[in-house]
This record gives sequence, C-alpha cells and structure tokens, in this order.
Amino acid sequence: MNAMLEVRGLRKVYAGRGDPVEAIEELSFEVGDGELVCVVGPSGAGKTTLLRCLAGLLPATSGDVVLAGTPVTGPPQGMAVVLQEYGRSLFPWMTVEQNVALPLSEKGVPRAERARLVGEALEAVGLADVGRSYPWQLSGGMQQRVAIARAAAYEPQVLLMDEPFAAVDAQTRFELEDLVRALWQRLGVTVVFVTHDIDEAIYLGERVLVLSARPTVLLEDVRVDLGAERDQLDTRGAPEFARLRTHVYEVVQQAKQGVRSLADARLTHAG
Amino acid sequence: MSVVRSVLYAVGLPLLLLAAWWVATADSQSPFNPPLSEILATFGPTWFSGDTFADTRFVQDILPSLGRLLVGYSVALVVGIGLGVLIGAVRPLREFAEPVLEFFRAIPPPVMVPVLMLFLGVGTSMRVFVIATGALWPILLNTVEGVRGLDPVLKDTARAFRLGRWGRFRRLMLPGASPQIVTGARQALSIAIILMVISEMFAAKDGLGFSVVQFQRSFAIPEMWSGVIMLGLLGVLLSFVFRIATGAVLAWYHGYLQAQRGGA
Amino acid sequence: MSRGRPLAHRAVWLGIAGVVTLLVVLQVVPATGLVNPDFLPPTTEILAALVERVQTPEFWTALGDTLVTWITGLAISVVAGVVLGVVIGMVPFLRAATASTIEFLRPVPSVALIPIAVLLWGTGMQATLLLVVYASFWQVLVQVLAGVQDVDPVASDTARSYRFSVLARVRTLVWPTALPYVMTGLRLGAAVALILTVTGEMLIGTPGIGKLLAVARESGAVPSMYALVVVTGLLGVAVNLLARALEHRALFWHPSVRGEVL
Repeated sequence: MNAMLEVRGLRKVYAGRGDPVEAIEELSFEVGDGELVCVVGPSGAGKTTLLRCLAGLLPATSGDVVLAGTPVTGPPQGMAVVLQEYGRSLFPWMTVEQNVALPLSEKGVPRAERARLVGEALEAVGLADVGRSYPWQLSGGMQQRVAIARAAAYEPQVLLMDEPFAAVDAQTRFELEDLVRALWQRLGVTVVFVTHDIDEAIYLGERVLVLSARPTVLLEDVRVDLGAERDQLDTRGAPEFARLRTHVYEVVQQAKQGVRSLADARLTHAG
Repeated sequence: MSVVRSVLYAVGLPLLLLAAWWVATADSQSPFNPPLSEILATFGPTWFSGDTFADTRFVQDILPSLGRLLVGYSVALVVGIGLGVLIGAVRPLREFAEPVLEFFRAIPPPVMVPVLMLFLGVGTSMRVFVIATGALWPILLNTVEGVRGLDPVLKDTARAFRLGRWGRFRRLMLPGASPQIVTGARQALSIAIILMVISEMFAAKDGLGFSVVQFQRSFAIPEMWSGVIMLGLLGVLLSFVFRIATGAVLAWYHGYLQAQRGGA
Repeated sequence: MSRGRPLAHRAVWLGIAGVVTLLVVLQVVPATGLVNPDFLPPTTEILAALVERVQTPEFWTALGDTLVTWITGLAISVVAGVVLGVVIGMVPFLRAATASTIEFLRPVPSVALIPIAVLLWGTGMQATLLLVVYASFWQVLVQVLAGVQDVDPVASDTARSYRFSVLARVRTLVWPTALPYVMTGLRLGAAVALILTVTGEMLIGTPGIGKLLAVARESGAVPSMYALVVVTGLLGVAVNLLARALEHRALFWHPSVRGEVL
C-alpha cells in the first residue's frame, strides 16, 4: 500500500511567550492511500497540535509532513478538515449550500459542476432539504453533517477530522460515526480521525495510533481487524472489539501516568 | 384590528405634538417663534419655487449638498473598510497604527473644517473632503475591531480550504466584520450629515446649511424654521435609507444572535 | 502570569513607534515643500504654539468653559435619558406610543438647531448646551430602552408574583439589567457631546476651546490653530478613556462585554 501521508520526525515546540512548551517530542508514522486511521491519547496529548501540523495550519518545529509525495508547508491542495467546533467552523452569513460550495468556488469548479457536487454531498449526509437554511438554524449534529458535507464535496485525497463528534449527543454520535464509515468507503478517501473516545477510535479505524502524554511520542500502532462492514450493535458486541478496547484503554491509562514507551507499560489484562 | 391599532400608535403622538405646536403658536406675535401654520405655508415656496424647476432652492442648494454628502460618505466607506480590513488583519500594523488612529478618531471632526479650508478653500472639494475625513474614523476603527474579533476557527477553516487573499477578504473578513462595519457606518452617517451642514455654515456661498444660516441672519424666521424642518426631514430620510440598505446585509446576523441566545 | 508579556510590550513599543513616525512625518513634510508650510507648519512649530498657549490664562478659562458645557450637557442627557428610558421602557403603552416619535426625532441632525439656538440665546452657553443635549440624549435613551427590554421575562414574572413594588422591581431587576446599556449610552453620548460642544463654540461663539480655534483661524494664526486641534484631540482621547474605564468598572461583575445595540 502506498503511503498517502507520511510523518517523519515531527516535533513541535511552542515558543514565543514565556517558557517554550514542547507539545510533540517525536512522531513518525505513515497512513496508506485509502486508509482510515484513528488517533487517540490522553487529554492534552497534543492531538490537536498534530492535526494542525498535518493540515498545514501550524508549522512544525522540525520534521516533515509529506502528502502524496509533496512536503506540506501550508494548507495543501487535496486536503479537507472537519473541526470539533462545528458551530464556529461554518460561516454564519452563508446558507448551508453556500457553505458547502465555498471551497469549490475557490478551487475554480464551474458553477454547474459545483451545484452537482453540493447536491450530492448534502444528499449523502441526509441534508438534501435544508440547503437554503442557515447553519445556526440547525441542530448541532446537523451542523456537523454540513461540515462533513463541505469536506466531502471538496473531493479531498485526505480528510482530517479533529474530535468532530465531541460536542454532539450520544445518539447523534453513533449516526455520524456510521456516516463517516459510509463516506470513507464510498469516496475511497484517506481519513485521519482524532478522538479522545477509545470506543469510537476502534469502531471507526482500520488502525489506531495511541499517543503518550505531552511531550507526545507514539506509544502503539494498533491494527483493528473488525472487517469492512461495521455495525453499532454487532461490532461493538464482538469479542475482538472488547479485547481491543481493553488493551487500548490500558495503554491510554498508562500514558496518563506518564509512560512513554510500550515496553514500560504494565498491562494487567492479557492482550 | 391590530393594524389599525399599530397605525394609531405610530401616528398618535406625532399628531398630538404637531397639534400642540400649532395651538401654542397660533396667536404667536413673537418674531422668533412664528405660528406653525406660517412655517408650513413658507415651506413650499422657500424650497420649491423658481422660474423653472432648475432655479428652485431644492435643485440649487439641497441637491448639491446631498451630492457632496454622498461622495464624501462613499469615499469614507471605501477607504475606511479597505484600510480597516488591512489593519485589522495584520497584527503588527494594527499595533503600530492603533494609538494614532485613536487620536484621529477622538478629534471632534468639525475642528478639521478650518484646517482643511487652508488647503482647499471653501469650495466643493473642501466640503467633500471634510465629510470624507470626518466620516472615515468610525468606519475604519469599527472595521478594524470587527476583523480583529473574527473567530479563529473560521480563519483556520478559510485557510485550510485555501481561500486566497481576495476570497478571504470577500467571503470571510467583509461579512464577518459586517455587524461592526454597519455600526461604524451609522455613526459615520450622522457625523457626515453634521459636517455637511457645518461646512456650509462655516464659510460657503451655497448649500442647505448656508441657506439656513442666511435666513437666520436676515431674520427670515419662517424660512429659517422651514430650513430646520428640511434638515430634519433629510436626516430622517437618510437614516431610513440606511436602515433599508443595511437590513439585508445583516439579516443573517440578527437570526444568528437570536439562535445563540435561544441555544445558550 | 508572565505569559503574553513580551507581546504586550511589543504592542506598546509599536504604538509609540507609530506616534513618533507621525510626528516625524509631519515635521519633515512641510520642510520638503510637498505641502505649503504656511498651511501645515512643522510639528515643532505646532508644539511651540501649544506651549505658548498653555501659559496663557485665557486658554485655561476656555478649557474650563468647554469642560463645563460638556459635562453639564452630558449630565442632563444621562439623567433625562435614564429616567425617561426606564419609565417608557417599563410601560408597554408608552413604549408603543413613543416608538415612532423617537425614531423620527433621533436622526434629526442637532446642528439643524443652531439657528434656533442662536435666536433664543445668542452666544450664551445655553445655545451650545441645546445642541449638546439634543445630540447625546438620544444615544442614552435608545440604549436604556434596549436595556430595559432585555430584562429576563421569567425574572420579571417572578418579581411580579412575589408582588414586588415598582420601585423594588426597578432597583433589583431593571437597573442591573440595563446598567451595561446605560454605560454604553454614556460612552457614546460623551463622545458626541464633546463634538457638539466644540462645534457650538466654533460656530455660535460660545466661550471655549472651539471659540479660540475660530479666533485663531480668523487671525491667521495657523500653528496656534493646529495646537488647538491637538488639544481637542487630546480632550477626545481623555473622554474616551474615561468613559471606557467607567464602563469596565461598572461592569466588572458582568459576564459579557456588550457591543452596541444594532
């Protein structure tokens, strides 16, 4: 499998005001073309910093992020992001349709093609009938669907999602998780999904990257063999799901206590 | 029924006040305070009489005044919003310029009339310039404030989707700062009207403000009152036009605010 | 705590650099002949004129006159605006009946009243006061009305159900809710009042800084004129800073810093 996204020796230190803060010590990993990878870690593990570096919104202190063979220096072409703050990432002065269409018109997509892509994307997230509403007229879950539709219509090679469902209720969350899986399968896009929810990471991902506490290093790269078709009841009820969940949970707990390599982790439950 | 009632509410007090004015001045012998009936009778002839329509004071004085107002105000809008977005978006520039801008904003705009008269005399260009420079500051500083206060998440989103300079200006900064820009533009409009009148009262040979002062100095009191009323009507008309023009721009904002309040 | 300090320092230094740049440009430009130095004297000359001015007693008398007119006009506007605003705001009938009149009178430019003020009071302080009060009163009134309207209906019903007296409702409910708006009205009104104070002095001839400026213009004392413009600007800055400080002080307990009413 070809690497779509390569992270090599990434390091990020926040300097400037007062004492420098080392957010990421060293991270290296690859994400294959068309893979869905989840990133979990204890809170304050530099997950958002990592995502912002991947998105080209934040320059790395050292190391490289390479997207499809090209080093990322600013927000690259072919990458879309969905942020946690759905209420704030949608432009409140634009209708839902205009929000989804905005990146397309900036990309220079012709009007007819744009209308088709917007229609399809809204259809795919189940919001075909609210195109002319404003985002603030919709519920939180629906707003996040709009953000997902905007990213999908952009037809990116890589989709980055930063705790996108942290602020929606549990019911909606399950629906949105299935929506992400469905879109991923349909579009064949590479997805990096950052979350603090271990269950969510395992349910969604083909791989789960477990990060340490700050300054961040990669603790473990867990392969998830739960099949291509996943189901909220069956998958979450499967013994393999429970095993992975127990394992990742323990690693994250150890990370919280400051463990910085898997070899040092004391895992009490057989994995 | 409720339509009748709201109409009654809307016209009731104004009619009452006018009636009170009418009655109170009906037998007025005071030269300063002529009967309202006399003022109203003078209103038409003062502004709308002449050999041809082109000779009326309406065409000779009022329209040119309004024209200068419009040009000066438009210049202030374009320059104020343009510079405001630039200064608001570039942090070091903002820190560099802010104290100077605060000072210029604090200067009462009418004191610039004598200064600009030095350079530009008392003609049209001086009056347009006075209006433009006076109206500039509220627009400029409010735009800076609006752009500065843009949600960082929105800014990140715009960057991540690779909006170019022009795209960011038109799709992000301009609409995002529009509530503050409108606030500034409204303050600027009342300042612009004040300056339109003052620049003509101070030293000019034509214009609405000049006419009104001329009436006062020549003790043409009913005409003077009709001028005051004309100025009042223009102020009301302009603010009405302003509200119509900005209503559409801010429709999203009122809904957004309401949603925020309801949701929070 | 120490975080952000270097950046705050940078802002201060850049701001000082901005002011210095302006002063230098104003010093150099007349010397280059780009503009006529008769119309724009160099900074040093303006400063010299300013120094000369502040040594004269008439300057301080004028400054005092300006401040007295300003504060008197503002005080009248604030008291009238708050009282009328609370009364009108709390009585739905009054609110409905006065809405159109307020909307009509508010945009009437106060300078339209100059001829009337002159006829009534000549060059007396009352003439300028009329303009000042007319201009700043509406700013306060409109903000107060918005503030009273912002009272939480649930809290209002609660107060009623406990049979609070009208005065108690004003004190415990209406006033605290409206206070931020009153402060905004005060800030806006203070700035407008200063503008009209100086305008009245300049045009009507009421004693004050504005009148000195008009006299300086007529006598062709250009550096002196600029010096007085600078004085009005500094006065304006002082008024803005004072109003903002008051606003923050009065609202330190308030969760949100409010914008102006749209």
